[in-house]
Amino acid sequence: MWLTKSSIGKKVVMSVTGIALILFLTFHAAMNVVALFSGDAYNEICELLGANWYAIVATMGLAALAVIHIVFAFLLTFENRKARGQSKYAVTARPEKVEWASQNMLVLGIIIFLGLLLHLFNFWYNMMFAEIVGTMGAYSPSDGFAWIQETFSNPVFVVLYVIWIVAIWFHLSHGFWSAIQTLGWSGKTWFCRWKIIGLVYVTLLMAAFLIVVLAFAFKCAPSLC
Amino acid sequence: MAKNISFTIRYWKQNGPKDAGHFEERVMKDIPDDTSFLEMLDILNEQLINDGKEPFTFDHDCREGICGMCSLYINGTPHGKTERGATTCQLYMRRFKDGETITVEPWRSAAFPVIKDCMVDRSAFDKIQAAGGYTTIRTGQAQDANAILIPKEDADEAMDCATCIGCGACVAACKNGSAMLFVSSKVSQLALLPQGKPEAAKRAKAMVAKMDELGFGNCTNTRACEAVCPKNETIANIARLNRHFIKAKLAD
Repeated sequence: MWLTKSSIGKKVVMSVTGIALILFLTFHAAMNVVALFSGDAYNEICELLGANWYAIVATMGLAALAVIHIVFAFLLTFENRKARGQSKYAVTARPEKVEWASQNMLVLGIIIFLGLLLHLFNFWYNMMFAEIVGTMGAYSPSDGFAWIQETFSNPVFVVLYVIWIVAIWFHLSHGFWSAIQTLGWSGKTWFCRWKIIGLVYVTLLMAAFLIVVLAFAFKCAPSLC
Repeated sequence: MAKNISFTIRYWKQNGPKDAGHFEERVMKDIPDDTSFLEMLDILNEQLINDGKEPFTFDHDCREGICGMCSLYINGTPHGKTERGATTCQLYMRRFKDGETITVEPWRSAAFPVIKDCMVDRSAFDKIQAAGGYTTIRTGQAQDANAILIPKEDADEAMDCATCIGCGACVAACKNGSAMLFVSSKVSQLALLPQGKPEAAKRAKAMVAKMDELGFGNCTNTRACEAVCPKNETIANIARLNRHFIKAKLAD
């Protein structure tokens, strides 16, 4: 199977899962922004997702995408370390056009994974998981709005989420155009275009996440007035 | 006017691929700054021989920047920081400061084992080339030059790809030890021309398979390769190779 055996095939798997995860983030950001304007509307979305069969299937699909992306990341990194060889350069100079993020995708990925664990603990555990097993925390599993207020009233979580969002921005600032490049939809002209499109898209996307975190941290959203 | 500079040269010594290797140092005094880097190494070797020491081994051939044999990793950059993107032989001592320490290392990559000191075995590139970097043609009378019409842009781009001299700087600079810039340039130079098109799919698959088999790493699009390429190959070639390869695999 070329997707698991050849170097380009493995990278195609990384690209496709990566792009799918960016699309999920887009949906997630759109959902979050609703919470800025109306708690009721946000909770309606939470109710709609909840522990319904389609939400559970979609969550499992999403988990599979994340797991494949992570497993292939480690596999590719392991092979690349081996290809680099045992002896290391005594002096290395990073050329200007080499972005920092592009050489640190695994480290950024690990930070993102740790952030994800925290996020699952803060929300998924209290919401979808609580609904599946039938337990109840401080708030109802479908009262997502209350869980957001609760989480971001803690400044430690606010700081950790901001770090997490910045790490995702760096990861995607390289990941977006890199995925397109790997799929071969790039060239001399489109390389620059994809890079700009990627940067703009990813910046807007992560700004949407950041605004929600900060709005709830400083309690200044229209939905809170 | 050339002026003379003095500096410390720190060069890599290694007896074959299994040896751990180490650096040796020597102070070079009053070297004219219009000396080329390789001429400076010749001076170093003269001094070492006069001292009864073993000379420093490095690859070189044409010394005109076109053969792709020179391969030194100088102060953290393959071929050093040359004036306009060129190979080591086109690097001159005026690019260095008086009193500087210059570190010279070999290409470090598992697929390029060290033969001796800074001379590495780059025959892996020849093997990739032999796996598909050619066109199968009927030999015989050469046909008229204009029998096959080729758009100027395609001819130019194929020529740009063909200027890759296979020096291996891309692999040396890549944190993943990937040979994608080399392979993609070699695939592109043929795939862009009508004569190379019939075998484009087969060629992309064969050359990538050989590249993987020889232990080169996976490209992660860091662009370190194109930043150091003495012939200015770009990662647009890599995108083209990916496109051909994926298309070929989907058509299987």
